[in-house]
Amino acid sequence: MTQGTTSSSAESTSVGGTALEFRGLETKAVHAWFGKHHALAGVSLTFPERTVTGLIGPSGCGKSTFIRLLNRMHEFIPTAAMAGSVLLNGKDIYDPSEDPAMIRLKVGMVFQKPNPFPAMTIRENVLAGIKLAHLKRDNHDEIVEKCLTRAGLWNEVKDRLDASGGSLSGGQQQRLCIARSLAVEPQVLLMDEPCSALDPGSTLRIEETIKELAEKITIVIVTHNMQQASRVSDHCAFFLTDGGPGYLVEADSTRKMFTNPSDSRTADYVQGKFG
Amino acid sequence: MTTVETPTPRKMTVIYSRADKVFRGIVTAGALTSLVALGIIAGFLILRSSGTFREFGFNFLTGTEWFSAGEDPLGGATAAADEANDGSIFSIGPMIVGSVVVASIALLFAVPLSIGGALYIEFFAPRFIYRPLVILLDLAAAIPSLIFGLWGVEIFTSFGVRWATFLNDRLGFIPIFSVEFENFGRSPFVAGCVLAALVVPITTSVAREVYSRTPRDLIDTCYALGGTKLGAIRSVVLPYGKSGVFAGIMLGLGRALGETVAIYLMLNLVFKYSFNILDSTGGNVASMIALKFGEASDKEISALMASGLVLFVITLIVNTIASSIIQRTTPRA
Amino acid sequence: MSNVAALTGSTNPESTVPTPQRPWAGRRSERLITFARLVVFGVLAIGLTVVTPLADVDGWAVAFLILNFAWVIGITSRLGTKERRNAIARVVVTALGVVAFVPWLSIFATVLWRGYRGLYPGYFVGDMRVTTPDDELNLGGAGHAVVGTLIMVAIATLITLPLGILCGIYLTEVRGRLTFLVRLFVQSMAGVPSVVAGLFIFTTVVRSMEKYSGLAGGLALAVLMLPTVSRTAEEVLKLVPDDLRSAGYALGARQWRTAIMVVLPTVRAGLITAGILGVARVVGETAPLLLTSLNTNGFVWNPVGGTLASLPTYIFAMFNYGTEYSVARAWTGSLVLLSIVSALFFLARRLGQRKNQK
Repeated sequence: MTQGTTSSSAESTSVGGTALEFRGLETKAVHAWFGKHHALAGVSLTFPERTVTGLIGPSGCGKSTFIRLLNRMHEFIPTAAMAGSVLLNGKDIYDPSEDPAMIRLKVGMVFQKPNPFPAMTIRENVLAGIKLAHLKRDNHDEIVEKCLTRAGLWNEVKDRLDASGGSLSGGQQQRLCIARSLAVEPQVLLMDEPCSALDPGSTLRIEETIKELAEKITIVIVTHNMQQASRVSDHCAFFLTDGGPGYLVEADSTRKMFTNPSDSRTADYVQGKFG
Repeated sequence: MTTVETPTPRKMTVIYSRADKVFRGIVTAGALTSLVALGIIAGFLILRSSGTFREFGFNFLTGTEWFSAGEDPLGGATAAADEANDGSIFSIGPMIVGSVVVASIALLFAVPLSIGGALYIEFFAPRFIYRPLVILLDLAAAIPSLIFGLWGVEIFTSFGVRWATFLNDRLGFIPIFSVEFENFGRSPFVAGCVLAALVVPITTSVAREVYSRTPRDLIDTCYALGGTKLGAIRSVVLPYGKSGVFAGIMLGLGRALGETVAIYLMLNLVFKYSFNILDSTGGNVASMIALKFGEASDKEISALMASGLVLFVITLIVNTIASSIIQRTTPRA
Repeated sequence: MSNVAALTGSTNPESTVPTPQRPWAGRRSERLITFARLVVFGVLAIGLTVVTPLADVDGWAVAFLILNFAWVIGITSRLGTKERRNAIARVVVTALGVVAFVPWLSIFATVLWRGYRGLYPGYFVGDMRVTTPDDELNLGGAGHAVVGTLIMVAIATLITLPLGILCGIYLTEVRGRLTFLVRLFVQSMAGVPSVVAGLFIFTTVVRSMEKYSGLAGGLALAVLMLPTVSRTAEEVLKLVPDDLRSAGYALGARQWRTAIMVVLPTVRAGLITAGILGVARVVGETAPLLLTSLNTNGFVWNPVGGTLASLPTYIFAMFNYGTEYSVARAWTGSLVLLSIVSALFFLARRLGQRKNQK
């Protein structure tokens, strides 16, 4: 068990031997507030690249708030406030010189309820991010095919790319949303309980997709389903609350978290004793 | 393989107690009364106006003269007999066109103002002004049109005249901006502007309501994909709200077509077909009715009823379009 | 992958909590600069147009807008098209929003400014019987007009409130065979132009009674009020969850009992709101009254005695008289009318909010 890095981009983490600039996401002592309500307390986590990290814990522990801090969506809530730093490739994403829209291109998000744009076709949905961000791309068809394939949806919709986004089943819609997020080539993909509104069959297919995607990008997934966390993630972070702000109890490799966690509360949770 | 017989469903009926019957009876009577009241109005309108339509036919809608040879029965003098040919001619063609012209000018200004205003309130206004603005908006929709008329004549006319002068000077070569005599203060253009101010609260209210119902997660997704506020508005808010906003515009149109007092105060009713919006001609059916009824003979009353019927039908169509769209897009409780 | 997320976190909530920050919000100084810039542009706009024929409010507005546009385009010249379009859109939408609001603000201001001078302690007990519209403003008054409006609105409310509520109950509780028709007709009635309602009452009531009257005016207002009351009542009743009715039936109550003792009390405030909204709708209507009750100069208490003054027709008459003092009276009347409408509006809001707080 090696310690994660704690300081600036100058230091490197050895990844398979090549010491390069740390490419990944990292939070340092991050807090979140809604007005006066302290929702999240001091979370420091590292998400190295090309890994899947699951955020687990009972509901209300601030997991969703936490990931919304990672792509600067938290600030859309009028009373939101935060503290601490979130580093992407070593640079603080909350630095005033950073364009939030640019950050969100690099750190994408898939939401709990599948929400393809109803007024757009499947094809337009996939390209929506490119259009919204005014990215110059010439190879639209190629992008559409590539993203839908990566999301595991291409074969099912390749003949009806002009059908409305809402004409798909729940699981298909969610995969469309994943394809849409992939089109802007993010470095990190955040997923907030992406399968909780889906049936078990679709859930399994999406889990397969996640594992394939992790070969190229970093994934952070919030999930209530511990079995899902154990299936899909390489590392896990366990959140808890005692009635006050949510905080991080323990974070380690999935195997360790589920077989021999350091904290007794973690052990209780993964064994289903509460939550 | 055993076949299971599905039992035939029993017929379930409700038997109301006597008290319930009375209750239902009273309520139904109340509803019926309203039904009957409207039926009487519609029926009466049709009945009383049939004479005019029989006499003048389609020319009622297209002709340009309104002349009454009879006298006012309520004023004590004997009414001229409803002779078939006492020389009266009634037609409302220019008034219908005038209604449309002035309402169109009003909508031309109102549509961008209300969409812009609604977007501003919902997405660009600083948080602390949001609620006061919404309250002010709803209150503005309640301002009586008479006050708009007063304001139009006393306050707005000087501005309107200046704009009209500008239009006439620079663009007077375009037919609709040319005039015979310069009397811009009483032009459909100026009246249309005031009418726009009247219509804007209604349409903006509806548009704002519609935009505020855009699903939050669609907007969030736009941002999550790296979009900006404008992008989110263009991709999600505007398409989502298209039909609702259209319904609101229809409501505003209905209001503009039926407006009486404001037009009465701001326009000289002239029975001449004219699309020169800067000219001091124009009028609309509603204000014509208000103007003419005072000394109307029997035949003239019938013609006025016919005008009322025409106006009623037009606004009915417009409002029905609006209501059906609203009903289709509003979620049920 | 051997890298592992650090084991960390303040598991102890009592350790020092940093201050909440909002790094995304503009700094205070930025907002002040923006405000200062707008003020400078405003002054500049006035200054630039002072010598041109545009020297009035609309000229200033246009100049102000042009300055802002130029500023935005200049500032974003170095940024990408996305930024620039966003900034321009912001200016355009704000401009539209402001322009949309200007007329109403102007109306409120005008009514207040032009109207308050006519108010004096005896205003509401005075009438125009001995005073001409041209007399000094501390003579006469509009009390008769207010009373007339009250009488006619009362007549209209007495008719439409019960009818409207019954319609609402029919459409939501009883739901008989006529439902479609009733709803259709109520909706159509909402589209009756006010002048047509007045015309209808004129040719029926006024002609048969052979005189104009407050009753006729009240009836015309009722025609306009009924759809509003009925529709609001229906909406309010629809909001009552079916569970409530089921509870009533489950307790053994019959339909009428359930309706009266369970459903109606829940929506009492809402029904009153329906009434108030209906009143607010008609209290300012002029056209129908011009055809049914006209105007008169003194206090009239008998709704069938003859012509009856009302605030809208009073204002209309004063305005058309055309002299300086009479127009001032019209504005004062408008002030009274607008105050009544606003009061009703806020009352309805307050009732609606209290209902929602349950």
